[in-house]
Amino acid sequence: MTRKIEFSASHLYHNPALSAEENQRIFGKCNNPHGHGHNYTLEVTVAGEPDPVTGMVLDLKELKEILEREITQRMDHRFLNYEVPELKGQIPTCENIVRVIWNLLEPRITQGRLHKVRLYETGDLFAECYRNGATHA
Amino acid sequence: MSNGLKIALGRRYRFAASHRLHSGKLSETENCRVYGKCNNPYGHGHNYTLEVHVSGKVDPATGMIVNLTDLDGFVERIVIEAFDHKSLNEEVEVFRERVPTTENLCIEVFERLKHFPLARLERVRVEETSNNAFEYAGEEI
Repeated sequence: MTRKIEFSASHLYHNPALSAEENQRIFGKCNNPHGHGHNYTLEVTVAGEPDPVTGMVLDLKELKEILEREITQRMDHRFLNYEVPELKGQIPTCENIVRVIWNLLEPRITQGRLHKVRLYETGDLFAECYRNGATHA
Repeated sequence: MSNGLKIALGRRYRFAASHRLHSGKLSETENCRVYGKCNNPYGHGHNYTLEVHVSGKVDPATGMIVNLTDLDGFVERIVIEAFDHKSLNEEVEVFRERVPTTENLCIEVFERLKHFPLARLERVRVEETSNNAFEYAGEEI
């Protein structure tokens, strides 16, 4: 089962270990010191056997609450560089954010298992996180 | 990746091209039966969407598997420039012999992109229309 949520957040790409010129060359517009924002779309896929009584892999209400608590409250309308401690010291690229999201969600999914997380930064750019060897779907 | 996690990056591109589905191995009647409208001798076109999935180590200095500028430049040069606003049958060498179905187009795109030096090509997905999509992840799948 896959549940989709959206959140909006700002970020900027800057590595203090690099010179201003290098930051500009590598990150381009994303290096703007004032930051910029995206409407992110997150798709969370949980896999497992449907419960024989309820017919559900995981109660959607429960998944919605987990996503609200772990992701929306943490990231929605936030400046990712400064307000999300899990991203501290990392460049908040799609790749890094999706790994943080995976690590936040995986221990919370106690029915079924977290199969895949896909985070869209725009309609044309996304990153995915899954366990090595997981069948890709 | 650390603790068995894999991170992949997906990027979408667009190109428009024409094609005609016609096999030299089939009779006119069979071609018409198999390919229907797609066998129209004058060809027809689609707005294709190409989705490219690459994986690799996330560089801690940049937070990236690959800089998008490099990926975009490669895909643009190797695929988009070769296919966009072209007749696949007439202007892409491999489709002189092979029927340019989107299955075969997927394979051709994968074969071209698998030489990308900066990340591992996981798979490609080509959407011929918003209702038809095809994926290819190389021969081992």
